Amino acid sequence: MAYSDEVTKRFKGVLSNPDNFNVGKFDPNDPNVATGMTGAPACGDVMRLQLKLDDDDRIEDVVFKTYGCGSAIASSTMFVEMLKGKTIDEAREIKDKDIADALALPPIKIHCSVLAEDSIKKAIDDWDRKRSMIGHNGGPK
Amino acid sequence: MKRIYLDYASTTPCDPKVAELMTKYLTFEGEFGNPASRSHSFGWEADQAIDTARHQVADLIGADPREIVFTSGATEADNLAIKGTAQFYETNGKHIITSKIEHKAVLDPCRELERDGFEVTYLEPNSDGIITADMVADAIRDDTILVSIMFINNELGTLNDIENIGKLCFDKKIVFHVDAAQATGKVEINLSELPVNLMSLSAHKTYGPKGIGALYIRRKPRSRIRAQMHGGGHERGNRSGTLPTHQIVGMGEAYRIAKERFEQDKAHVDILHDRLLQRINEVEQVYLNGSLDHKVKNILNVSFNFIEGESLIMALENVAVSSGSACTSATLEPSYVLRALGRADELAHSSIRFSFGRHTTIEDIDQTADTLIDVVKKLRQLSPLWDMYQDGVDMEAFDWDEYMH
Repeated sequence: MAYSDEVTKRFKGVLSNPDNFNVGKFDPNDPNVATGMTGAPACGDVMRLQLKLDDDDRIEDVVFKTYGCGSAIASSTMFVEMLKGKTIDEAREIKDKDIADALALPPIKIHCSVLAEDSIKKAIDDWDRKRSMIGHNGGPK
Repeated sequence: MKRIYLDYASTTPCDPKVAELMTKYLTFEGEFGNPASRSHSFGWEADQAIDTARHQVADLIGADPREIVFTSGATEADNLAIKGTAQFYETNGKHIITSKIEHKAVLDPCRELERDGFEVTYLEPNSDGIITADMVADAIRDDTILVSIMFINNELGTLNDIENIGKLCFDKKIVFHVDAAQATGKVEINLSELPVNLMSLSAHKTYGPKGIGALYIRRKPRSRIRAQMHGGGHERGNRSGTLPTHQIVGMGEAYRIAKERFEQDKAHVDILHDRLLQRINEVEQVYLNGSLDHKVKNILNVSFNFIEGESLIMALENVAVSSGSACTSATLEPSYVLRALGRADELAHSSIRFSFGRHTTIEDIDQTADTLIDVVKKLRQLSPLWDMYQDGVDMEAFDWDEYMH
C-alpha cells in the first residue's frame, strides 16, 4: 500500500528525530500528569499518551509512545501536535476524523486515528480521576 | 538508494535466458503457431516446443512427460487437483484432510467443497510449523478420499514429511496431493520414488514467467480427476484451452536451468540465510518462526518483539520484504500460518519474511542487517511495550482487557 506524503514525512521524521516529535514518557504518578493507553499487542497497536497539565487544566507538554503500523505512528505525532497548548475541554473536541483527514488516511487505516482519539479520552478520564481525588482531600481545586 | 529485493518467495524475476527464449514464440518471425494445429508446420513447430518444455518440467521432478498437465499456475493446479479429485471420487467418500498452514489456493477450494457437502479436517502443525505423518494417520477415516499437504510452507520455509505421509496414503489408497509451488529448485523431487499422486507446480517461483504452472498427475497407480475447464480437450482432456507456447517454453527453460543450477543455488542461499540469521541474533527479543532444521534456507521468518511488522517494513524503506502483520493484509488479520503455530498474536504482527535468491548478494544481506538493527532500535524507542518490558512488566501476564478499544 502506498502511504500519503504526510504519513511518510511524519514517520521518517519521528524515527530519525524522536525528540522533535514528543516521543517520551512522564512519571505516571506525578499529580500533574495524565496518562491514556489504548490498544493491545494482539491487535497490532498500542498507544500511550501522556499530558502534563498546569493548574488551569491547560496542556503544558505532551509525550507519547506507539506500537503499531506506520499510519498509527504518524497519527500519534499529528495528535500530539494538536494537543499542545489546549485546555482539557478543548482537547475533548478533537475527533479521529480531524486526524484521518489531515493525514489522508485510506478507509482501511481509519482505526489508527481512532486509537489516538481513544487515548485522549482515557487521558482525560485519568485527569478527572486525579482532580477528584485531590478535591476530595481538600487540596487546591 | 539501491533497492534490495528480499521477497523471492513471493515471486522471482525471469532468468534472462527464459525471457529471451519466450520472445521467439510470439511474433510472425517466430513460432507463433497453435500447437494444436495438426495440419501445418506452424502447429508442428509449436507442438515440438511444448514437447521439449514438457520433458524439461518432468525432468526436474523425476516424472514422465505424459504426467504433466499445464495450467495457468499453481493456484489453478491446486483447484484442479482438489476439486477434480473430490468430484471424481465422491462416491467413495466425502472426507478430505489438509492443514491449517496451506496456501489459500488449497484452503479456499476446500472451503468451497465444504459448501458442496464434503467434510474437511484442517490439521494443526506442531510448534515448528511441520505436519507429520502421525498427524495425518490420526485424521484418516474410512471415507477419506484425499490428503493435501504442501511440500514447503511459503511463509516459514518449513518442510513437511511428504515421503511418510505419501507412504501412508498409498497404503490406504487415498489420493495424495502436494502443493510444491515453493519446492521446485529448492529441494530434490523424484516422483519416480516419492509416493505422491498429484503435485502442483509454479513457474514464477523458479525464475520462470507468471501465468503458467502445471499439475503432475501420476500414471502408475493412475490418479483420476474430473476436469474443471472444458473446451477443446487439450492436455488429455484434463485442462482445455489453447496452450500458451511462449509461457510453457519459459517454464521449461526455467526448470531446465533450475536443475542445472540446483547445487549452486542451494549453496548460495545457505550462505545468505546463515549470515542474516547471525546478524539478526545480535538483536534481543527476536524469535525464529518455524523449524531451523527442517526447512529450506531461501526463506527466513523472524519476529521482532514489541515492534509491529508493517512499521518495520516501512522503516526498511529500500528493502522489499513481506510481513505476517495484519496491516499488510487486505483483511487486517495477522498471518493465519503463524497463528496456527500457536504463536501469540503479537508475534504474528511482528513477523518479517526475508527470502533470497540468485541475485541476492552478501552486500545486500549486510546492508539489510545494518539497516534492520538500526531501525529495530529506533522503533523500540517509540514502543510503549518495549518501555514496559524494560521496566520489568511481565508482558505475558499483563491484562490488556481494559485498554482494548
